[in-house]
Amino acid sequence: MVATQETIDKVKEVSSTYKYGFVTDLEAEKAPLGLSEDIVKFISHKKKEPKWLLEWRLKAYKKWLSMEAPNWAMVDFPEINFQDIYYYSAPKTKPKLNSLDEVDPELLRTYEKLGIPIKEQQVLAGVAVDYVFDSVSVATTFREKLAKEGIIFCPISEAVQSHPDLVKKYIGSVIPISDNYYAALNSAVFTDGSFVYIPKGVKCPMELSTYFRINEQNSGQFERTLIIAEDNTYVSYLEGCTAPQRDENQLHAAVVELVAMNNAEIKYSTVQNWYPGDKDGRGGIYNFVTKRGNCLGKKSKISWTQVETGSAITWKYPSCVLKGDDSVGEFYSVAVANNAQQADTGTKMIHIGKNTKSTIISKGISAGKAQNTYRGQVQIQKNAKGSRNFTQCDSLLIGDKCGAHTVPYINQFTPHARVEHEATTSKISEDQLFYCLQRGLDTEQATSLIVNGFCKEVMKELPMEFAVEAQKLIGISLEGSVG
Amino acid sequence: MPLLEIKKAKLKLDNKDILKGLSLSVSSGEVHAIMGPNGSGKSTLSYMLAGRDGYELESGEVFLQGQALSDMEADERARSGLFLAFQYPVELPGVGGMSFLREAVNSRRKFLGEGELDHLAFVKEARKVASKMFVKDDMLKRAVNVGFSGGEKKRFEILQMAMLKPKVSILDETDSGLDVDALKIVSDGVNAQRNDENAIVVITHYQRLLDYIVPDFVHILSDGRIIKSGGPELALEVEKNGYAGLINAA
Ligand SMILES: Nc1ncnc2c1ncn2[C@@H]1O[C@H](COP(=O)(O)OP(=O)(O)OP(=O)(O)O)[C@@H](O)[C@H]1O
Ligand SMILES: [Mg+2]
Repeated sequence: MVATQETIDKVKEVSSTYKYGFVTDLEAEKAPLGLSEDIVKFISHKKKEPKWLLEWRLKAYKKWLSMEAPNWAMVDFPEINFQDIYYYSAPKTKPKLNSLDEVDPELLRTYEKLGIPIKEQQVLAGVAVDYVFDSVSVATTFREKLAKEGIIFCPISEAVQSHPDLVKKYIGSVIPISDNYYAALNSAVFTDGSFVYIPKGVKCPMELSTYFRINEQNSGQFERTLIIAEDNTYVSYLEGCTAPQRDENQLHAAVVELVAMNNAEIKYSTVQNWYPGDKDGRGGIYNFVTKRGNCLGKKSKISWTQVETGSAITWKYPSCVLKGDDSVGEFYSVAVANNAQQADTGTKMIHIGKNTKSTIISKGISAGKAQNTYRGQVQIQKNAKGSRNFTQCDSLLIGDKCGAHTVPYINQFTPHARVEHEATTSKISEDQLFYCLQRGLDTEQATSLIVNGFCKEVMKELPMEFAVEAQKLIGISLEGSVG
Repeated sequence: MPLLEIKKAKLKLDNKDILKGLSLSVSSGEVHAIMGPNGSGKSTLSYMLAGRDGYELESGEVFLQGQALSDMEADERARSGLFLAFQYPVELPGVGGMSFLREAVNSRRKFLGEGELDHLAFVKEARKVASKMFVKDDMLKRAVNVGFSGGEKKRFEILQMAMLKPKVSILDETDSGLDVDALKIVSDGVNAQRNDENAIVVITHYQRLLDYIVPDFVHILSDGRIIKSGGPELALEVEKNGYAGLINAA
């Protein structure tokens, strides 16, 4: 799939500026600056949470205090001052969830600028969108249609109220609070996110989608998403992210947990377009995210597809724990790093059950002075006989000041398994560019075309309507990197 | 006014003189053939015309329809109607042939002030042209030139030419690697595009191609210069006696 003419026009139209760099002028209701036990209580109180959840948060907070920020990733940034962040910010005009007409028009305009007008989205074939505006979900669409199937799709804060048993049972079951520094932090202060529950035997009839957006200055965003797919189900979920342009850095530390039971399939796609900072590395989002899926059931399948074009620093490893026999984990990734961006991303495939299979296709694109690292772990445990992994890591370099690194870790504890790893590094060759130019394409068109060609295997995994958007983003984010 | 005018072109590569004052004038409706020994500068000439980086003239001038090429980047030259069929077409992994063609054609159409073709209209046109060239639809779906046989690559070049409707086409050894039948098909494809408003320059080593694409002029390029020009009979002479006599006489 390649860039359309529309893509090219889009690329030109945004020229060197970040397209989504506008700020919505809404008075936010904030918690006081900084982090303390009181702030954790404030958040929990604001959300009228049950006692068990407050206790869970406090436990996570205590754990976090005892942990150290990790420093093993190949990224470089000044220490984060966690006392200089607002942990709770909600748009003041509390929107009514039932009727879009009552949503603050300023908010609706923001969505329009993002290119996702709610009204249009509703009409658009089968996409249900759960909007997260800073920390509170303001509108949820298509909920009724889903409810008919017994599917629950709502903000997690709401699920805490309406389905406390499910939340209590699964939250932290895939990523425990002590998992890592940022997961502990998220567990203490998460404000919102999505909750999806697919009951037995139901194939979700539409793509579920959430657009995240960080708006408030200095407000870290800590979403928490939990998706549970019962036996014999299918669900495809897409998250898209965009944040306005800022000079300071913002922290984004989300946690996503997926649970797949027998013969259940979860497809989780991300198009991440947070503000990457300027050419010299000022500003931009720190995207430190923990995502993991448990393939608990037999023949279950979890598939992560990500297109990461934004953020100053991306640090994430969507992973699969393949417990169920014959379960399948997949990771398809495109990570673009331009200018001063740093990306350290990859996956972990933990094979526990018999005959489990995993596939990793990673496409890293580096331009400018950017550093792009694939870091992946494949672990085949003792009982995972007959398991197989195939990993392919391709790096594409544009220019000679950027870097690509591949760091595979393979731990195999049974000889009855097969692990394959292939890696390539290539450049956009002068020959290729000239060939395209000779056919009348300009440099940006040519680059976009070649890069999208390089990413094709991953792009085809994205839901159709988002593939086009993702192609555009790749073109936009590499703009000016060649010629 | 000639469509293409090369005046005393001099060009160095890596500090070595490659083109040493080459002049050539090509008018509309004409087909010119350029023959010459290996390493005489034929491909260099074609890259220079197409505006490849590093192939800038040291001195001399080139005009395309009266416009100085030195002011134009490679992509502008292409959109203005200069086409080069590569001696070694380049692979573009993952880039579908149909999409590539469409971007190319729409760039050219935009330049000509014609509207862009919508997807369906384009696919229809591409299939029509492809079937004339006996290019299977399947090849248009594959990534550009990836895994194409030598002959398929050359066919795909001429298919692109047919889609882009250039003013001046330079075919660099399009015949090499073609089997007898393919040579005929490709030649027919080229001939079908000959008209009074365009011009074609064919670079070849073999007289055989010129039986199919009959040139108005034949030029012998040796050591960076055109040492002799004539009619189709000159190609027959080369075929019979080789270049040595011609070069010694020059
Ligand atoms: N980048 C370069 N640096 C130095 N010399 C070069 C470079 N590229 C080509 N040459 C030389 O320039 C000369 C002309 O090469 P060119 O490819 O134009 O020849 P040609 O006439 O097309 O030959 P053939 O018939 O084999 O295709 C050769 O001697 C070649 O070695
Ligand atoms: Mg040559």
